[in-house]
Amino acid sequence: MRDSITLQVARYRPEQESEATFDEHEVPCPKEWVVLDGLNHIKDRIDGTLSYRWSCRMGICGSCGMTVNGEPKLTCATFLSEYGRGPVRVEPLRNFPVIRDLIVDMGDFMRKLVRVKPWIVRQAEKPLSEGEYRQTPEELDDYKQFSMCITCMLCYAACPIYGLDPKFIGPAAIALAQRYNLDSRDEGASERMEVLSEHEGIWGCTFVGECTKVCPKHVDPAGAIQRYKLTAAVESMKSFFMPRGA
Amino acid sequence: MTPSHDVVLVGGGGAGLRAAIAIAETNSKLSVAVVSKVYPMRSHTVSAEGGAAGVISPDDSLDEHAYDTISGGDWLCDQDAVEAFVKEAPQELLRLEHWGCPWSRETDGRIAVRPFGGMKKMRTWFAADKTGFHMLHTLFQTSLKYASVARYDEWFVTRLLVDEGRVQGVVAIDLKSGRIDAITARAVILCTGGCGRVFPFTTNAAIKNGDGMALAYRAGVPLKDMEFVQYHPTGLPFTGILITEAARSEGGYLVNKDGYRYLQDYALGKPQPQPVFRTMELGPRDRLSQAFMKELEKGRTIDTPYGPVVHLDLRHLGQKKISAKIPFVRELCLKYQNLDPVKDLIPVRPVVHYMMGGVHTDINGATLLPGLYAAGEVACVSINGANRLGSNSLPELLVFGTRAGRTAAEYASLGLEVTSRVLAQSDDERRRLEGELLNHKGRERIADLRDEMQKTMEESAGIYRSGASLARGVERLRGIQERSSDIAIEDQSKTFNTERTAALELSFMLDVAEAIVTSALHREESRGAHQRTDFPKRDDQRFLSHSLIYRNLDGPSRVEYLPVTMTRWPPAERVYGEAAPNEGQHHVAGSALPSGTGV
Repeated sequence: MRDSITLQVARYRPEQESEATFDEHEVPCPKEWVVLDGLNHIKDRIDGTLSYRWSCRMGICGSCGMTVNGEPKLTCATFLSEYGRGPVRVEPLRNFPVIRDLIVDMGDFMRKLVRVKPWIVRQAEKPLSEGEYRQTPEELDDYKQFSMCITCMLCYAACPIYGLDPKFIGPAAIALAQRYNLDSRDEGASERMEVLSEHEGIWGCTFVGECTKVCPKHVDPAGAIQRYKLTAAVESMKSFFMPRGA
Repeated sequence: MTPSHDVVLVGGGGAGLRAAIAIAETNSKLSVAVVSKVYPMRSHTVSAEGGAAGVISPDDSLDEHAYDTISGGDWLCDQDAVEAFVKEAPQELLRLEHWGCPWSRETDGRIAVRPFGGMKKMRTWFAADKTGFHMLHTLFQTSLKYASVARYDEWFVTRLLVDEGRVQGVVAIDLKSGRIDAITARAVILCTGGCGRVFPFTTNAAIKNGDGMALAYRAGVPLKDMEFVQYHPTGLPFTGILITEAARSEGGYLVNKDGYRYLQDYALGKPQPQPVFRTMELGPRDRLSQAFMKELEKGRTIDTPYGPVVHLDLRHLGQKKISAKIPFVRELCLKYQNLDPVKDLIPVRPVVHYMMGGVHTDINGATLLPGLYAAGEVACVSINGANRLGSNSLPELLVFGTRAGRTAAEYASLGLEVTSRVLAQSDDERRRLEGELLNHKGRERIADLRDEMQKTMEESAGIYRSGASLARGVERLRGIQERSSDIAIEDQSKTFNTERTAALELSFMLDVAEAIVTSALHREESRGAHQRTDFPKRDDQRFLSHSLIYRNLDGPSRVEYLPVTMTRWPPAERVYGEAAPNEGQHHVAGSALPSGTGV
């Protein structure tokens, strides 16, 4: 086994460069090392100016998504040894504006997330003194998968629709809307429908399924989208025949 | 224009978000700002796995939860705080249920609970083994519905603004633009979490640098019980990734190189096939980590390239139970250790996990500085005493996040005005951050100093300490502190300058490290997680009290003591295993766990 591997790391400093360039560094690659360890080696030992986000190093905080040899990956969960002799090319996530080096601007997603009302909506709150809302394991299973989203943005980076039309509300936001729509405690589905059914919303997705392929948590946003399309189609048929509120 | 709010929260993890919602619900006219160096859903609460304790079963009682917590904390907990905590924890967990937290359920739809280390009843609520993740995302998503809560995502707080003896805001860097500004406020709540990164081997995320502890310490606010650092007994070697205690509460065994369940040699009871409350693998974390060190001394651990380990054996639980109850454990082992706990032994070793100490607060989160509050791991109320029980930290951040939020809201409603002098302070801070820090052509590498600090901490203030090791630690840290004034920052950019933040984080950590080692040097006894080889016994005569350390710019820090608040549980011997008081032997499994429990 080789004891080092070449990392080609995208650099972009808006005050200095008008477009991205690449730096090349040799980093050690013991079998336990992930791509993020390689980046940390560069920052700590070679070039302190390299900028990227990371935190938990256990695949749960969602900070360290980057493009690794063309694919969106959590760099803390991607072993250097997967890339054989290298080189390994590390770039920022695609489909997002780049702030600097490997850091992208996810403000667009944060604004979209609020629009789908990712919280429990109820006509009447049950007082705490009456205890929990009963929810059977089967009811929990209905939405559990969609609640696993760590908002790492890999699905947006992989989504060809979002790449072409940034107005598309996108896989994670739809999956999280469905996470609440399918929760037995929630009554907000009709409030979310307006946002999800609008032109650039759910109908934009052509079931490419790239989002589901790259999801590190098996959330299956493509499944959420297809399932919602069906619901939305039925609801819009209903509203065609029956005026709202009927 | 300088942004201004009624209450500024530093940190957007579980405690910060819970406090923000509490303020919004107390008075929606108050403007709240959550200032966080990461997007809130990246906060370290996300990594908590096993669960959150709150009495819910008919056969359980608040007094039993209180007793477990107080004995687990080796009688250093403030008992009035513990009583408030155990009383409010179930309501807070229930409130999260109403907000949508996907708690694991019984077949009939009620909340399911699991056993946990040091607890003698089943009272730990869980969302499979991603409890912190689900709690954090529930809180974050719920917080989005409150219009009065503004967010400053990826703003890095560098100092507190204090004038006229009260806190009036913070100075922060907007990482994206590099803009440095004051964010003024009538009250500030620190919710920045712990400081595990001062040690080399930790479960803590990269962002856990003791920011809030250092901010308070520098503003003259004392830190409390900083000598109490929790080692979790089961971390994966190399990465330090936590294997949750739930793995043991579901029935996992800890075995040494001979396959022997070694905990039976350390006053933790006799091994049984099924887990037993407060016994063996369900003993408290401090005792389990100390037992590992004794096994190491006896040569009964297993050597690996990343240090000595013991094995966590889950194989007898079977794939079905592992996948249903602790799926994240399996995922982490498969992804990061390349092994499958269904058929392989998991190598584990003690790993720095949690800070019992922190910013000294009262039962409402108030510090000694008017207007400044703290909640969550950054704070020390103290309900954790000398050793925190597993699954008490998640409810703690809810209970005390809420209390701090409400109290700060009340204080902010007094309407005290911001004085002009703090804006001058803010200008000084901007000059420091842009001038001295960026233009200084130093020689010391940040990573070198950080490595040396971490090594010093492990060698001087590890699971076992001595007066000699700690005194050396104080000296070495002083040397590193001096060298840190000559730090090299190559990055001159204003845009997302992570080298500058790394330098600021190192400086926070050095202050916190000094507080830990100095407090540990002064406590000449062994209690809970603080084990002195030169003072091996607990000494209630001298040290049934909290340490308070004050920073002193002109010389060594000052350590004072504050008596522990006792209500109903006089100090007694900590007993685990079958000899534990008030109980026969209670098997956890069997009748207690319905076979159809959902996850």
